[in-house]
Amino acid sequence: MEYEAVIGLEVHVQLRTKSKMFTDAPYYFGAEPNTLTDPVVWALPGVLPVLNFEAIRKSIKAGMLLNCDIPEVAKWDRKNYFYPDSPKNYQLSQYDQPLCLNGGVEIELAGADRASMGAHRTVKLTRIHLEEDVGKLTHFANDSLVDFNRAGTPLIEIVSEPDLFSADEAFAYLCSLRDSLVFADISDCDMEKGQMRCDANISVRPKGEHKLGVKVEIKNMNSMSSVKAGIEYEIRRQTDAILKGQKIVQETRRWDAELGITQSMRGKENAHDYRYFPDPDLMPVMISQELKASIRKELPALPFDLQRKYMQDYGLPYSCTSVLCHERELAEYFEECVKHTKNAHAAANYIVNDILRELGALSASGERRAAVSQSGISAKNLAGLVNEIDAGVISKQMAKDVFAEMFKSGRSAAAIIEEKGLRQNSDSGEIESFCLEALKGNQKAIDEFKAGNVKAINALVGPVMKLSKGKANPAMVLETLKKLIK
Amino acid sequence: MRAYKPPPCRRALKSHRKNLKARAIHKESETMSQSGNIDIDYVAKLARIALTPEEKETFSGQLKQILGYFEKLSQIDVSGVEPSAHANAVYNVWREDVSAEPMSVEKALLNAPAKRDNQIVVPKVVDDA
Amino acid sequence: MTEDIFFKSIRELAALLGSKEISAQELAKAYIARTSKLDPKLGAFLFADEALALEGAKRSDARRARNESLGVLDGIPLGLKDVLALENQPLTCASKILENYKSPYTATSVKNLEDAGAVFWGRLNLDEFAMGSSCENSAYKPARNPWDLERIPGGSSGGSAAAVAAGLCAAALGSDTGGSIRQPASHCGIVGLKPTYGLVSRYGLAAFASSLDQVGPFGRCVEDAAILLGAISSYDRKDSTSLKVQKTDYLAALSEGGLKGKKVGVPKEYFPTGIDKEVRAAVEKSIETCAKLGAEIVEISLPHTELAIPVYYIIATAEASSNLARYDGIRYTHRSAEASDITDLYYKSRAEGFGPEVKRRIILGSYVLSSGYYDAYYLRAQKVRTLIRRDFENAFAAGVDVIATPTSPTCAFKLGEKVSDPLSMYLSDIFTINVNLAGLPALSLPCGLSGGGLPIGLHLIGKPLDEKNLLSAAYAFEKSGNLACAKPAFANIEKF
Repeated sequence: MEYEAVIGLEVHVQLRTKSKMFTDAPYYFGAEPNTLTDPVVWALPGVLPVLNFEAIRKSIKAGMLLNCDIPEVAKWDRKNYFYPDSPKNYQLSQYDQPLCLNGGVEIELAGADRASMGAHRTVKLTRIHLEEDVGKLTHFANDSLVDFNRAGTPLIEIVSEPDLFSADEAFAYLCSLRDSLVFADISDCDMEKGQMRCDANISVRPKGEHKLGVKVEIKNMNSMSSVKAGIEYEIRRQTDAILKGQKIVQETRRWDAELGITQSMRGKENAHDYRYFPDPDLMPVMISQELKASIRKELPALPFDLQRKYMQDYGLPYSCTSVLCHERELAEYFEECVKHTKNAHAAANYIVNDILRELGALSASGERRAAVSQSGISAKNLAGLVNEIDAGVISKQMAKDVFAEMFKSGRSAAAIIEEKGLRQNSDSGEIESFCLEALKGNQKAIDEFKAGNVKAINALVGPVMKLSKGKANPAMVLETLKKLIK
Repeated sequence: MRAYKPPPCRRALKSHRKNLKARAIHKESETMSQSGNIDIDYVAKLARIALTPEEKETFSGQLKQILGYFEKLSQIDVSGVEPSAHANAVYNVWREDVSAEPMSVEKALLNAPAKRDNQIVVPKVVDDA
Repeated sequence: MTEDIFFKSIRELAALLGSKEISAQELAKAYIARTSKLDPKLGAFLFADEALALEGAKRSDARRARNESLGVLDGIPLGLKDVLALENQPLTCASKILENYKSPYTATSVKNLEDAGAVFWGRLNLDEFAMGSSCENSAYKPARNPWDLERIPGGSSGGSAAAVAAGLCAAALGSDTGGSIRQPASHCGIVGLKPTYGLVSRYGLAAFASSLDQVGPFGRCVEDAAILLGAISSYDRKDSTSLKVQKTDYLAALSEGGLKGKKVGVPKEYFPTGIDKEVRAAVEKSIETCAKLGAEIVEISLPHTELAIPVYYIIATAEASSNLARYDGIRYTHRSAEASDITDLYYKSRAEGFGPEVKRRIILGSYVLSSGYYDAYYLRAQKVRTLIRRDFENAFAAGVDVIATPTSPTCAFKLGEKVSDPLSMYLSDIFTINVNLAGLPALSLPCGLSGGGLPIGLHLIGKPLDEKNLLSAAYAFEKSGNLACAKPAFANIEKF
């Protein structure tokens, strides 16, 4: 009997806001412990929560981006449980009236090779709700320390239907989700900084069966690769167990990245009785049509949609669009470029190769790559360079120098070409005389070429370029040489 | 003075009511405990309070009596009545995303029972508490 | 300085300060001296920070010297129920779990008083976490009624009421969740007011039941309550339940309106057979007085009245069980020295830190919210709450301006009388509870003394945000009698 896995993912994403979810204490990563708190975060006697409008806005934006239904009314509830990282010992979350319902995440599976696009599918979402984060526990030999800096930051929890069927799909789902949310400026989704966290619910059933098997929750998968490895392991573990005739226990298990296994979390056998009830301190929100319309206006195209558009409208190859569409600023840079040049291919190539390389060189190793806005070459100027090449004003070879100069100085290609007199020489008469000159001292090369060694002609190009001070049109040089040799 | 609008007894939003019904997680079929017996161990666990055997006995008796009194509520007809989750029916109370000066670490840890490296010390936490 | 000074109204004291007959520091010293003499017997104070009071008084005198008086409250010593945060002051909520806690911030309502120049004198006793009707649930000591020290002052703001009645401070703030201001005011023969829910910010009030709690004033006369209410009420963006309403000068409006031409509703459900004969007589006589003052008396019905107790105790304990979860031994509370691990730490710290009534209510509240019982208890109670509110809405819609009832079914009972019968204790809240469920404003003011010399309170309930008319009706009634600013009997004081 063959078995298949069914996976549902719960992804927590930290929203990018200046202040916390229910109070105006600030938040940023890497601050000294307990320096980003206030009485509300600390849950001192007498404090009260107040909703952060930007967090609500970003949540609705995320929902719209992922095709969710946005209800008329949403409210917040208390989820009651005790834990040292939870100051109030209840979490303000959303139970039965969340901000977003349904929706879907488009995923792409690996293609046959790097240059081919893999299959696409939309994974169904159940809901997205807005809640607050808890503090951070650090464990030592004999005790644990609690830092409440992170407590109270806004989190959206994105819950998928049990609609994923392999670890690869789960990985693709996380990639797509991350790319979309970063694209829309909702979060930075950096798993290393805890800005995106993922728990999985995994069950296994006979292939073709509709009923779901017993599900196991897996926690502590702290990176994208951990998620993949953890899910893979758990699927194997459950399948092996079933094949041995064992029953799967509904429980929560912890992924141990070092040992490469999941382990049962003692004490989590009983489901929590969270005693949800509507929070009396927070008022419900009524989401108006105006608010929805204003948020909808800000929605960017999703990365996959953009990719399809570029492939279709500009005929760009898949691998190129993958890079272009990975970052919103890159895509916007590209779109600005093609307003000023018809050669989308060349523009795209320059962006994904040369511009990215130069931006990478701007920042120190280990640091985040410089933003596209820091590119020394504006989109318009890049387009200009492409046009100069296409017009034959400079050769591709010469363009390399022009590019470097453009990036350094921020000036246009035309300005640099003019100033440095870099126009390539396409005068057939002059080229012919240079060629004749070069041929004079190079009988060996001529003979080799005539003998059938096509590459021998390259040895002649060098001297011609030297004679022309690098300005001879290389294509014409080759043509002329060939003609003259004959 | 702004005219005070008393809270609506029935929500004006028909669709909202429909959605509430559709998504009611708590089942309507739950009834009051017939004998008014509380599983005191279970509830003390929810509340994280260690009760002595004497307390368990005293409380069980007292709470049983109180719950018996609550039976009055089960006799009244509440069909079609919306629950009053809040004293006043107000919506959209929120603030702009502006950060303020945080509390100093000293103030934050002013009343801490145990601290180290500017953090709260607790016995080692393993999984669930 | 005679003893009279301790029974003057705020305006009278302000006049003395203004005319420099007495300085704020002299006034503060006088209260300090009286408190150290009387409070060991009364138990109204949990903390008496003399330095704080004298500092505040000194600043007040300096302001007056510069002709920069902040108004009628400048230099007036006020007490605070020990549930209201004041920076660097204790905030025990009369509980062991907060025994050594000092608040790093100040409550908004308290800040408003600070801005008005008030001098803070006393953290006042209460039932632990405001849970109780007698002040016997304080983890530190009970408070006693200045009219008869063998009797309770009422609860939960028993310390505040006793302190004001005994002249240990000029006025005080308390909190009211189910009658915790009005009932002690009634038992101690003073005025106590619970504002409309949302009128006074709850930021800085240690929460008991979030949808019911309100901060409110105690005064020896209606005027004092009006002055304090005017100072503490304000829109607060830190409290999402705070209402944006225009500021009202309640003091100025006291002599407008009154009772003439007003419809006073008398709900038949509030005069059951079980109430004390003398209470009934006094309240009925008061209603006659209202008629003499020009009011039209109308019998009304609030049919869901008797459901108030289960509804209240379900909602309040449910919210409390969640609000008190933060007192866990981790960040700022008492932490058990006996805990072997983190789980133990919670169980033991809370077991050691909370008193029996608090434990009882947390258990009950957790139960009514727990899986399988939410619908039958909590959700149902919230629905019946809607019905209770409708009762009031209907009465007011029919033209009633103010509703008159007794505040408490009995006068102050003796300490220890009801301690082992919690249900009986809960039932004594019957007249005040509905008001919190409906979010309405209400006050209690003295309307007579029993044959045994114990105060009886008249309970007036107003329309939402109609404190102006509520206070002026009370003022008119008060003026017709002679019970304002009375000096209590201090019966049985020699026994303590």
